[in-house]
Amino acid sequence: MSSASRPPGEPGLLLRAVLALLLLAAAAGVALALVAGQVAPGLSGAVAAALPDSGASNPVTAVLLNFRGYDTLLEMAVLTAAVVGVWSLGPAPRIRETEPSPVLLGMNSVLIPLAPLICAYLLWAGSSRPGGAFQAGAVLAAAGVLFIISGRRPAVHLPAAPMSWGIVAGLGVFLAVALAVMPGGRELLEYPRGLAGALILLVETAATVSIALILAGLFIGGRPEDEP
Amino acid sequence: MSSALLYAGAGMGLLLVGVWALVLRAHLLRKVLAINVMGSGAFLLLVGAGAMGGGPVDPVPQAMVITGIVVSISATALALALVLRIAYATGKAALPEDRERDLMDREGR
Repeated sequence: MSSASRPPGEPGLLLRAVLALLLLAAAAGVALALVAGQVAPGLSGAVAAALPDSGASNPVTAVLLNFRGYDTLLEMAVLTAAVVGVWSLGPAPRIRETEPSPVLLGMNSVLIPLAPLICAYLLWAGSSRPGGAFQAGAVLAAAGVLFIISGRRPAVHLPAAPMSWGIVAGLGVFLAVALAVMPGGRELLEYPRGLAGALILLVETAATVSIALILAGLFIGGRPEDEP
Repeated sequence: MSSALLYAGAGMGLLLVGVWALVLRAHLLRKVLAINVMGSGAFLLLVGAGAMGGGPVDPVPQAMVITGIVVSISATALALALVLRIAYATGKAALPEDRERDLMDREGR
């Protein structure tokens, strides 16, 4: 196929060739770096040495919420910004016009009660085993998505506060904790040694609720009708 | 060849496939998917490269990747919402310079 017979606007052979060359060069560079082996010893030793003071015995949780707390704080900011962006595009589209199938409703009645239980376990396990706020929030958000696609409301009456309060709670609590540790000559996010575990649990609990609401809010695809 | 090297190599492959599709495909949904494939490749590459040292696995790349996954999910949701708005407003899910193109990218044309 020659470039003359190409429909208008199709990328030409030259663009494809240049792109392929660039990608191959990048691949060769990364492959060389990988085959050459490790240059630096990595950070597992440093993390293991500081782990007893971090307030969590799982190294990944310690890195996420203590050693590199900035990453996680700004990640909450990114999540909040994303849901603000999606909601600002307009009201949510109507997802379900017809009656949901009995299979979905039956599955919901089994899965939705389990979700808070799994969520609480993952949140608690995060301090010593794989788990943590993001996994826990994602499980809770899945329960929210099941509610949304079935078009039903929770039978339990949840507090009637606007969803946006819950969405900013994670970022707000994280920022408040980050600032509250500063008196006493500490840096932003530098937890006092004895309190680190409790502060991490507080931040993670607020983050779990917010992540669940944010992911469900993103799934809705727009501003909910009853939201100001 | 260690399994970590295999993961890193597969991640690099996904990264390249994603860049290729992101540049050449016109349909915005394909571009969003391409960014996701690129992201998965980058995560696999990071985790694989972090596990190549032998000894205990480095937790820092793992923490960076889980942060990245969450950011990638929220960016995908925002991108999909924008694609929907563009499709509603213009009738075609493509950028202005790609309006004339066949969005299905049918082979043999």
